[in-house]
Amino acid sequence: MRLENFQMLDEVETIDVERLSIVAIARVPYESPVFDGHFPGYRIMPGVLLLETMAQAAGYLLMAQNGFARMPFFASAKTANFRSFVLPGSVLKVKADCLHAGSGYAVMTTSLECEGTRVSDAQLTMRTIAFPTPALEQHVRREGQRLGFLKNAEAG
Amino acid sequence: MASTYETVAGIISSTSDIPLERITPQSHVMKDLEVDSLAFLDITFEIDQAFGIKLPVEDWMGRVNEGKDKGDEYFIVGNLCSQIDSLRAALAE
Repeated sequence: MRLENFQMLDEVETIDVERLSIVAIARVPYESPVFDGHFPGYRIMPGVLLLETMAQAAGYLLMAQNGFARMPFFASAKTANFRSFVLPGSVLKVKADCLHAGSGYAVMTTSLECEGTRVSDAQLTMRTIAFPTPALEQHVRREGQRLGFLKNAEAG
Repeated sequence: MASTYETVAGIISSTSDIPLERITPQSHVMKDLEVDSLAFLDITFEIDQAFGIKLPVEDWMGRVNEGKDKGDEYFIVGNLCSQIDSLRAALAE
C-alpha cells in the first residue's frame, strides 16, 4: 500500500471473473504521512482508507471482467463496519464478491481480514462508466499491469 | 400478492424516503419525485432484486441522451411498471 497515492492493493491472490470474486493482498506500511495525523501517538488505518481498499478490489474485479474498457466508480457504501483497529505493518486479505450485476452498476459484498479475523466489511455499489479522460485510463491500465490483470501490451 | 405498481411504489418510497401517498402512476421519478441519480441506482437495485430482472437503465439513458426518447416511457412510474412487466414476460417465455 502507498496510502498517500491511494495505491491500496499489492497483489491479487485469486480471481474468478466468471463468478465475479476476488481475493487481494494489501500490506499496510509501517511509515506513511497518513499516520502523522491519524493519530499522533496512536497510528491506525483510517476507516475511509479501509473502505477505499475494499472499493478498489471491487473495482479491479469489475474491470477484469470488462477488459478494462470501463471504469467503476464508488457510488455508495451500505452497512460499512470497522470492527477492529488496523495497525501499521498489518497484512490484509481483501475480498470482494458480486451480489448483483445490474445495467451500468454492480452491488458488491466486500471484507477485510487480518490474521484470519474480519476487521471490516461493507456492501458497496459501483457505477461503471466510460473512462472520463485518457490520462485516467492510462493510469488505471498501468495499475492493472502492476497487479497482474493486464500484460505489457494491453496496459498501453 | 402485491401488484407491480404496489411493489415499485413501495421501493421508491422506502429507498428515497418519499411518502407513499405522494407517488402516483403518473409521477415522473426524477421530475416529480425529485429522485437523484444515486437514489435511482438504489431503486434499480431493489427492483432488479424484487422481480429477478435487470432493468436496462444504461440503454434507456443512452436513448434519452441521444434524443431518441424523452424518458417518460421509462421514468413515469406507471410506464416503469409496464417496462418491468414486459421484462418479466420476456424472461418467462
